[in-house]
This record gives sequence, C-alpha cells and structure tokens, in this order.
Amino acid sequence: MAEQKVAERKRPGDGAAPHSELIGATRAESRGLIETWWQEMSEADAEGRPVANVFVMGSIAEILRCFDLPMSFPEITSLQTAVRGKQMEMLVAAEDYGYSPDICGYVKVDVGLHLTGRNHPSGKLPRPALVVSPNTCNTYIKWSEIWERMYGCPVFVLDLPGWRGTGGSVLPGSEEFERDRRYVEGQLRELIALCERITGKTLDLDRLREVMGEVNALAGLYDEVVAENKHHPAPFDAMLDGLNYMGIANAYRGDSRGTAFMRLARDELRERVRLGMGAIPDEKYRLLLIGTACYSHFRRFLELFHSWGGVFAHSEYMSFAGGGIDRGIRYELERPIESMAEQILWSAQQSFSGIFFSQDWQARIVREWDIDGICFHGIKSCRTVSTGLPDEREWQMRTNDIPGLFIQSDLVDARLWSDAQMKNRIDAFFEALASRKAAARR
Amino acid sequence: MTDDLTQLIHETRELVEDLDYPAARRWLEQNPGGKVLGHFQVYFPEELAHAAGMLPIKLAGASSALQVRQADARFAAFVCSIIRSSLESVLAGRADFLSMFVTHPICDAARHSCGVWARNLPDIPCQVLYLPHNVRSAYAPEYLESEYRRIAGVIEEVAGRELTDDALRASIELFNENRRLLRELYRIKRETPWLISTVEAYLLTRAGTVMPREEHNELLRRALPLVEARDAKSQDKIRVVFEGGFCEQPPLEMLAVIQDACYVVDDDFLIGLRWLTEDVPAGDNPYASLARAYIETSSYSPVQRDPEKLKEEMLLARIRAAGAEAAIVAAAKMCEPGLEEQVSYSRALDDAGIPHLVMEFEEKTNVFEQVRMEVETFAESLLFEFA
Repeated sequence: MAEQKVAERKRPGDGAAPHSELIGATRAESRGLIETWWQEMSEADAEGRPVANVFVMGSIAEILRCFDLPMSFPEITSLQTAVRGKQMEMLVAAEDYGYSPDICGYVKVDVGLHLTGRNHPSGKLPRPALVVSPNTCNTYIKWSEIWERMYGCPVFVLDLPGWRGTGGSVLPGSEEFERDRRYVEGQLRELIALCERITGKTLDLDRLREVMGEVNALAGLYDEVVAENKHHPAPFDAMLDGLNYMGIANAYRGDSRGTAFMRLARDELRERVRLGMGAIPDEKYRLLLIGTACYSHFRRFLELFHSWGGVFAHSEYMSFAGGGIDRGIRYELERPIESMAEQILWSAQQSFSGIFFSQDWQARIVREWDIDGICFHGIKSCRTVSTGLPDEREWQMRTNDIPGLFIQSDLVDARLWSDAQMKNRIDAFFEALASRKAAARR
Repeated sequence: MTDDLTQLIHETRELVEDLDYPAARRWLEQNPGGKVLGHFQVYFPEELAHAAGMLPIKLAGASSALQVRQADARFAAFVCSIIRSSLESVLAGRADFLSMFVTHPICDAARHSCGVWARNLPDIPCQVLYLPHNVRSAYAPEYLESEYRRIAGVIEEVAGRELTDDALRASIELFNENRRLLRELYRIKRETPWLISTVEAYLLTRAGTVMPREEHNELLRRALPLVEARDAKSQDKIRVVFEGGFCEQPPLEMLAVIQDACYVVDDDFLIGLRWLTEDVPAGDNPYASLARAYIETSSYSPVQRDPEKLKEEMLLARIRAAGAEAAIVAAAKMCEPGLEEQVSYSRALDDAGIPHLVMEFEEKTNVFEQVRMEVETFAESLLFEFA
C-alpha cells in the first residue's frame, strides 16, 4: 500500500532534456550570497557604519533593512566557525574567560571570536552597534547582555508573548491576542525610534512596504521549496540544502536577492523532481529531524543517515530557524506596522514557542511528507530545542505509532560527539525501521 | 507548636523536608472542594490564586530524598535538576492534588516543561504566564496587566468562582504583610546574623512556599521576636552575600557547611517570594497595581532583564547594603542563565575588588566534603587577609 502511494507521487523524467543550468545552481548562488553578506558586514564595520546583531528566530529584518543596517547573525557565524573546524579554540577561549562547559556552544564560539580579535574564518566579525534580541530563545537575551557589556551597545529586547499552554493559545481575533498585538506593535514603534536615533534616518514607510512585500514573496516561495520535498525521492535534504535555504532566508529576508534565490531554489527543485533526482542516490527512508544537526561533525552526522538510504525530508529546524516564515506570513501592506506586529506575534506562537508543544505539527508533517520515522536530536547547547525531546519521542510512539530515535550530542562542541555511540543507535534505528517496513509488506 | 524557637525551627524543617506537601494536604482537608495551584520559580503573583480561593504553592524542586525516575525519561540529559524533580513530585504522586500548574518563560527548560506537563498530566491545566522581558517598554505595564487578567480568567475557571477586585485587594494586603515579615527577617540577618543561622532563616522563608500564607505570616510573627530575643554573640566569621539561589535551591546541608564558616548576611534564595520589594498599594485597579509593582519596585535575577537594573550593579548594591565583605557566586548545574550571569558577576566583583568564591551546586547533591573544603579555605584566607 505504501509503495503504491510512493509510485503515484513519483514524477519520473518525462523525456525532456534536463535544464542543466538549474542543477546545482542553487548551491553556487548561495555560496555567492553568503560571501556577499560577509563582505557587506565587514565593509560596514571597517567604515565605521553601524551593524546590528540579530537572531534567526525573529530578526526584524523588515525594520532594520529600512535603515540600511547590515545584519550579523551570530548563530550563523558560530555555525560557520564549527563547519570550518575552528570552533574548539573559540570554545576554549570563552571557557578560559569563565564560561561554563554547560552553556550554549554558539554563545561561547561567538564570545571566543570577540575575545580573540573577531577574526572569523569567513571575514572580520563586526562589532555590534545595536542588538535586537527577541525572547524566542532566552539565551538570546543573555547573549545580548554579553555584547552590551563588551561594547556598550544598545540592546533592544523584542518581547513576543508565545504559546500559553493547554487550551491557552491566544488566537487572532480574540481580545487577548489584540492586547498582545498592541504590546508588540508598541515595541516595534520603539525599535523604529531607536533605529532612527542610531542612524539619523527617518523611517520611510514606502520602503518598509517594499521590504515587507519581499518578505511576502520569500515566504510564499519558501513554502513551495519545503513542499517540493513531499515528492519521492525528496529532491533535497532538509539538513543539508535546507540549511542553505534557511541561511539565505535569514540573511536576505526582505531583500530582492533573497527572493530571487528562493525562486531559483524552487525552480531547481522542480527540475530535480521532473528528472526524478533525489537528494541521495537511493532513498529508502524518509525522516523528520527535530532539533538541529551537529556542526562539528556535520558531514559525518548526515553520512550516518544517508548510508542507510535515510533522507531528511523535513525538519522542525527549517521552521523555527528559518525565521518562522513557513507559518503563513502574509503582510498586509496598507497597514504595515500593525500587520507586522500581528504576523510576527502569530509566528512566535506557532513556530518559535510552538516547538515546546509541537506533537501535532510533527504528526501532520509525518502524514503529509510521508515520513517513516522521526530523529530527535538533543543538543547540550540548546535547551530551547532539546529539553522535552525524549517525551515528544515517547508521545509520538505511544499516541501516533510513529517510530522515533533519540540521540544526543551538541551543536558545535566536538567533545560531546561519540561516534561509536551515535552509529550504534542510528544503525539500530534503521534496522528497526527495516523490520517495520518488512512487517508492513507481509 | 511551641514558642520555643528551636522547636519551631525543628517543626518548620519537618514541614519543608516532607516531600508530600503536608500543609497543602491539611488545607485541602479543611477546605473540601478547595483547589491548589502549583507554580514554578521564580515569581508568580500568588494573590491572584489566593483571591479566587485557591491555595498557591511553589514547586521549587526537591532534595536528594526524592528519587527522580519518571521525569528523567521525559527530559534530555543536560537539563537542570529542579525541572525534573518538580515534575517528578507530581508524577510520583507527591503533589498529585494540584488543580493547575503555571510556569514562566524564565528559561528555555522552564518553557519546555509546560509541553511536557501538558502531555503527561492532561487533567491538570498547565499555563505559561508570560511575564514581560521588555519591562522598560512604555507598553509593558498595560501588557502585564492584561496578562494578569488573562491568567486570572483561567484561575476563575479552575477555581469555579469569581475573582473579585475586593478579594484581590484583600489578598494583596495579606501578601504585603508576608513581604513585610520577610523583609524584617532579612533585616535581622543583615544587622545581627549571629542571631539566626543561614539554615534557620532559609527554613522560615521556604515554609512560605508550601503552606497557606496566613499560616506563614503567623509562623513569622511568632518566630521573629524569639530570634531577636536570642542570647547569642557575634563570632569571628566573614560576612558574605550568597548569589545563585533564585531558582534551583541549594541543599540544606550545603547551607549548613557555609554557615559554619560565614555569616550569610543577604542572599537571593527564593527571591520570587521577595520579588516585590515594597508594599503594593491595591488601589482602584489591583491588577494594574501588581503589574506596576513587578516592574517598578522589584528585585533582580539572571532571568529577568531590566536595562535600568544591571544585575552586576544590583549585586554590588546588595553587598554594600548588607555590609558584606565577600560573596559566594553560585549557579545550579546546567542552569544556562545562572551560569552565564556567574561570569558577569565574577568580573564585576573582580573589578570592585570584592573577594568571591565561584561554585556550582545541585539540589540533589548529598556529598559536601568538597564544598566544605572550598568554603573553609575561602573563609580562612579572608580572615587572614582582614586580620
């Protein structure tokens, strides 16, 4: 039955000549865009122009872009440090300064970079002139306070009231939602005033509408990109190419170059689907990742799954770390600030703090993306994504009969990677999935 | 109970150490149909629950006497102990009488715990009270008032009765009295620390988390005059401020080790009970009054940001106000905000030339020889220095 469903969804090559210029174009384009992003940040810093430090779960790029403030995403720069294998010296520098081995590795890599001259493998890390810190991760606020002490820069905490508990969602249209929205709108106006003070510029509402229009387009395309992975085989791995899509969605949110990139990504994926090209050569298992990858062993992490024919068809990471744009952001441009408050608030509830109660979202993704099993990867660095994962796994197995694997390592700290243990658990998971598939065929 | 202070402290210790919340169970027996609201650290406006006729208690973890079994299977390995033990208290039937649970966005583990509670305890409504992180926004007071009104609405549903403004004003008065008594206890600690040990003061404070506030007021009203009447003399101990007890609580045995070598003249143990630093004028709009007090007349902790109350400056002010000579800057294991703040505290103390001891603890620790060695060495080195 399952195989029949797969066959129906599969779109094999239709005999048309491949659009060879599209295949691989997205990766090349993303490399170029990331280099440009670094160049723009570093140049601004060198010229003494202000740069803002922001975070992926609520960057508020919509406003900052209107003030021509280049944005540095320390989560991305820390991740890049780990992928380049330079993170351990930064971790040690931060720990020598006093930071505990038990706190977020992204924070420590970043602190290490700042303590050792801001020399990132990709360029000069700028010093922040402004920090915009949403409360979507509590560590964002603590992290921001570190820069505040180092540089004396203003820290603007954008408070986004999130998910309120059982039966406690504050739904749009309700009186409570309207109160929350007023709070967020008021803060956005205060942020605008702060940006005006820092840059000496006045907000141009037409420019804001233009940027928000780009975000609308980006969000629509991002949805289409993610949806392409409903096909069999999945044309991209959510933890490999998905990472590029997220990175560009963040760094170029509200910028026409980001929109053009996402259009290119969608077109390439459609072409790959048309040609029957999967993310891995022989897709056997479709997986959903809850948590993040381990960037100190990124290739190895993926290899442990790919070698079994396992592909990450989706990830919760693509939702919350993609800036929440997959949860239906559609700004109403005739009332930009009010609408921004509404939409950011909603995505904070659904995407960012939704990860604390995401079992229904997970079950929907499993159905719609035809997922065989969920990998819950807990990381010491991040309690935001990791705290309740064992419980979520058990819930999905008990309530929805969805197989789950729970493994633990870290985002960036190589000391927390145990290869034999990881391989052992992952192998056992795939063996169980194989038995399950065999039993379903009988 | 007896008026003898030693006996009173002994009984208080038994109450605090009993993992089955005997005072809450007794209250339920005396109030058939009554409901208990449990809330996590750090601050919750208990007046809201009290005014609706509920008994508010604080779930602040448990000592090593509680075997954490079920909760361990619910959380990742690198999550602090208090999150686990607070859930275990309910899963293991120790606090199975709760009718509602409230947590706060103080940290990411605490926010996650709401999801875990909701999945595992579907019959106990679980809420996140979103206290503001941007308290200096001009819009924060109105928002907080509305958030208090929202949670009050949930409380009314659970309690099955209306929460009137008059009842809330009366509850604010009761809790003002409690805060006054706690301030008095801390004044005694600061001014005459030889009259009350760290453990005794802690027990008298902690009792307030697990018993009706009327009874806690009565306990303090009886205990404080007895403390002041004590015939005790000052000893040659260094005066320290203990920082790091805002959420997970250090074991009593650890406090006993510290008090052997130091006078703890101020601290942030259970700071949520003392979060509001002045009486709250109930006024025409008691919700707005509580919200204003949270923002304007409140203490500090690593999990609440207020750009007008930089935490290291607040710690230095606390040390100065208490006439302390040194500080113990502690953090609970795996507590991200506490461990991060520990660095800024330590740096600020270095800059101010204030000696300090940096340490970690866990509520379930039951071996204290290492702590004893560290604290005694620290205290002795300072005694030599000051001599």
